[in-house]
Amino acid sequence: MSLAQLEQSILAEVAKASDEAALEAVRVAALGKKGSISERMKTLGAMSPEERKEQGAALNLLKDRVAEALAARKGLLAEEALNARLAAERIDVTLPARAELKGTVHPVSQVWEEVVQIFGDLGFAVAEGPHIEDDFHNFDALNIPPEHPARQEHDTFFFNEKQDGSRMLLRTHTSPVQIRTMLAEKPPIRIIAPGRTFRCDSDMTHTPMFNQVEGLVIDEKTHLGNLKWVLHEFCKAFFEVDDVKMRFRASHFPFTEPSMEVDINCSWEGGQVKIGQGDSWLEILGSGMVHPNVIRAGGHDPDKVQGFAFGMGLDRICMLKYGIPDLRAFFEADLRWLRHYGFRAVNVPTLAGGLS
Amino acid sequence: MKFTLSWLKDYLDTEASLDDIVQGLIGIGLEVEDVSNRAKALAAFTIGHVLEAGKHPNADKLHLCKVETRDGLKQVVCGAPNARAGIRAVIALPGVTIPATGAVFAPATIRGQESQAMLCSERELMISDEHNGIIEVEGDWPVGTPAATALGLDDPMIYIKVTPNRPDALGLYGIARDLAAKGLGKLKPLALTRVPGSFDSPIKVALEFGGDSKPCPLFVGRYIRGVKNGPSPAWLQRRLKAIGLRPISALVDITNYVTFAFARPLHVFDADKVKGAIRARSARDGETIEALDNKTYTLSPGMTVIADDNGPEAIGGIIGGVPSSCTEATTNVFLESAWFDPLITAATGRRLGIQSDARYRFERGVDPAFTENGAEIATRMIIDLCGGEASKLVIAGAVPDTARSYTLRDTRVKTLGGVDVALSEQKRILEALGFAVTEQAGNLVCAVPSWRPDVKGEADLVEEVCRIVGLENVPFAAMDRPHDVARPVLTPLQRRMLATRRVLAGRGFNEAVTWAFLSEADARRFGGGQPELKLANPISSELTDMRPSLLPNLIAATARNQARGFADFALSEVGHAYAGDRPHDETLRACGLRQGRAVPRQWQGGARPVDAFDAKADMLAALEAAGANVATLQVVAGAPSWFHPGRSGTIQMGPQNKLGFFGEIHPKILADMDVKGPVVGFELILNAIPATKAKSATRAALVISDLLSLSRDFAFVSDKPVEAAALVKAAKGVDKLLIADAQVFDVFQLGDGRQSLALEVTLQPKDKTLTDQEIEVISSKIVQAVAKATGATLRA
Repeated sequence: MSLAQLEQSILAEVAKASDEAALEAVRVAALGKKGSISERMKTLGAMSPEERKEQGAALNLLKDRVAEALAARKGLLAEEALNARLAAERIDVTLPARAELKGTVHPVSQVWEEVVQIFGDLGFAVAEGPHIEDDFHNFDALNIPPEHPARQEHDTFFFNEKQDGSRMLLRTHTSPVQIRTMLAEKPPIRIIAPGRTFRCDSDMTHTPMFNQVEGLVIDEKTHLGNLKWVLHEFCKAFFEVDDVKMRFRASHFPFTEPSMEVDINCSWEGGQVKIGQGDSWLEILGSGMVHPNVIRAGGHDPDKVQGFAFGMGLDRICMLKYGIPDLRAFFEADLRWLRHYGFRAVNVPTLAGGLS
Repeated sequence: MKFTLSWLKDYLDTEASLDDIVQGLIGIGLEVEDVSNRAKALAAFTIGHVLEAGKHPNADKLHLCKVETRDGLKQVVCGAPNARAGIRAVIALPGVTIPATGAVFAPATIRGQESQAMLCSERELMISDEHNGIIEVEGDWPVGTPAATALGLDDPMIYIKVTPNRPDALGLYGIARDLAAKGLGKLKPLALTRVPGSFDSPIKVALEFGGDSKPCPLFVGRYIRGVKNGPSPAWLQRRLKAIGLRPISALVDITNYVTFAFARPLHVFDADKVKGAIRARSARDGETIEALDNKTYTLSPGMTVIADDNGPEAIGGIIGGVPSSCTEATTNVFLESAWFDPLITAATGRRLGIQSDARYRFERGVDPAFTENGAEIATRMIIDLCGGEASKLVIAGAVPDTARSYTLRDTRVKTLGGVDVALSEQKRILEALGFAVTEQAGNLVCAVPSWRPDVKGEADLVEEVCRIVGLENVPFAAMDRPHDVARPVLTPLQRRMLATRRVLAGRGFNEAVTWAFLSEADARRFGGGQPELKLANPISSELTDMRPSLLPNLIAATARNQARGFADFALSEVGHAYAGDRPHDETLRACGLRQGRAVPRQWQGGARPVDAFDAKADMLAALEAAGANVATLQVVAGAPSWFHPGRSGTIQMGPQNKLGFFGEIHPKILADMDVKGPVVGFELILNAIPATKAKSATRAALVISDLLSLSRDFAFVSDKPVEAAALVKAAKGVDKLLIADAQVFDVFQLGDGRQSLALEVTLQPKDKTLTDQEIEVISSKIVQAVAKATGATLRA
């Protein structure tokens, strides 16, 4: 058999091999110790140098081509085997993924962070105070003496009287934090104080517990124009609108003088409120310049320092921004509500990334 | 405080529109709650003249009328019994919307007769509930006259919310004064014509407070004889009705009129029912009075009464009594204009639970200097409307002195109010409000008018100027930035709060905010219920105590959600709990509850219920997020009684510093609170986490070994259960440098209390590969150490 015939015959065997074992048999039959090519190699020794050189080169080339064909066939067979396996391994990708609970952050918590982002940028620290307060911090120091009509209007939750006649109460507003901060710190003071507050009141729009955020600035020069500016900047940033019309109305609070209430413009469409458009007014906060008596109660001299304070409902601005209709639902822990109005854990409000 | 525009114009000379006045009121701090403008609401309704009213040919109870209207003669079918020829009625023509129904009137055929218009009742126009017949308009009004005009309803009513510092605005004259200062008209001078007395009052007046007449320092009285009481004239009735008051009789209506016009409450006694002198005094313990609200009140000392020899006839500044009240038969009347102390009035009113227009004004502060004027104005009205003859005034006491002045520095409006207002304008405003202003060294010295008890210093003067100038005219002024790039502001505890909240949300918890209070039973179940944490005036029996833990309300919320059909969910809360009533007794906590299955039913299988280790993982994640160095904390068995005693643990720095608890909630608690178990949870006290020391942002240098780590498994057998932590600690202690980790990966109960615990120990060579012999040495050291510490031996 000529080399050409041998090559043809081996390559035909390679092409015929249908699995790795068959292919190995072909390899052994050709290149094994007693393989057809190996046997021919053994005959080279008996040849003349010229013949050996010629035949040897031809045999080596043949050997290479066979090895190449074997490798190619092997690769092909492996690929076919893999394809066959993969074809058998189909899954129904429409089956559900492994279940994981989707957690949420409460809207009030989210709004807490939003408010802190905005005021933090303006240099306001976040102050806190106890929920169980005394008359001094909740009323007296805020220029609300015992018989003041405003004291009756606060619907205060009281604790039982102690043996010494004193009684504690649940703070009716976050304003006691003004006093605690002034007593603890030296001006300049810039704080907000978000937190829970309590009033003995429950109906369609009131809950016995709710959240407020207080603001306080005490320094030597802050005036009403600064207060207006801060509130305006806050409303634009918080409600994420280019402009919001605000109405500043003279009002009265015992702890501020002058006092003002603030409304923002909004529209009502289909029961949803939209801030920054429309002709309706919505009251969102009370504010004013800190009353001299309050500054004095906070341990400072009203002839030397002055400043402003404001308070607004954290739940309320949350309802307005996110179109949440019912305050009472905030505290009912109804999963349907929590999942609908709650925020994803990764949705951290930042000034750079956006507040909502 | 309600009033009508025309009534206001008795005191304010103005051309301003209703809208201008409303906007003006809002700006100056007299918040407008409501404006009802019936002229607008009823604009489409006009007067028609009923010319004929015959029987409907096909219906017994219907009339067939011919009515002359603005649009000519109309045939109207009408069922009202009072539809008759000759009357003037309010007519609705086609296309008009009927206020009560919201329906648009369209001509219709009723029982074969066309009805081309509609005759309206008061209820249909929403004027009153009257629906027994159609409106019969009094007066000879031409056909086509607007109905509101003919009915006297064309006077807009304004309802303002007056803040407690402004008693002067509880009378129309005070409101007019404010509006005039704002530039919305001119305040008309008070038309005060004193009535000369022609005789001495037979009833004398005395203040009997044992020297200190603070409760009632001034009493002005007057006897008017020969009056004829009866219904007051239509104009007076209309004004009172327009602001929601019920006309009673001329004498009573006059006192109400003066109350609202001048914020000056008065009282009238039937003089013939008064026995002896009238005395203002403190009530005697147990005295009773039948008041004009037809209730009997028992009085106590400290309350001010107006009494005669029969006893209390009125509660000072609050309400009159029935026995001496004026009736249609009254012919001699004794008028009271007195001044009552605000605090005493408020306290008395509150204790007796009486709301009245008089109390509302006295407790805020009635103008003491107006006491006599009030008497004169009322006397004039009584004589004009009821006739009679007035006595000389009887006056006990004197006007309390309220005179005081404050200096308004020329720069103060600018430096506090932030607005530039010329000094002359500041002066004009204050004078328009009734302050007597004198300039001294460029500043304004302002004497406060008697009707402004609220003004107590310079800041109040600034407020007066600012509110009249208008707060919208205070320019926005930017605050300076303390730092060009804002610095962090949150405290470590606040950062912990945010981090735990979000890490829990990331682990599938739905964050809730629940009440800070709960029922006493729930408080006691969770270690609370202390007397100092009980509300004296809870809003319901379910919310009586401050919560000692976040768990109970979250467990209750779990029960509610289970009842709604939810399964396999997780609830969290980050909030405060209360161990006592002092500030440091309040702690910020993070709490999470899981119930049902940790792995729910799924097509691949593998469902399993939640267990204590889910709670432990949640707690450790929360702690890690809160910045705690978890590796330094110990978990020990046992937790408070509301946890399953064998399936709960405590995480702590040491026995004195517990950071939190986790485990299964006690089945008895679940049964008591109606929750389906299992429920597992944790509660962390965020305040208790030790503060991490402030370090620089720079991290320690990274030291890594190129040598591969290797691990060896050990199975230890013990005769009685050994705590995994003890085993791990013993193993790790053998060589802290070489042993990088030791983890329990299998626990197996062998029976008879014997236990097998399998440990994977990871060795991390530092500078050279370990030889088999070195590994053998460290392995046997581990076995020895574990045996020494726990008694467990290597499984054969």
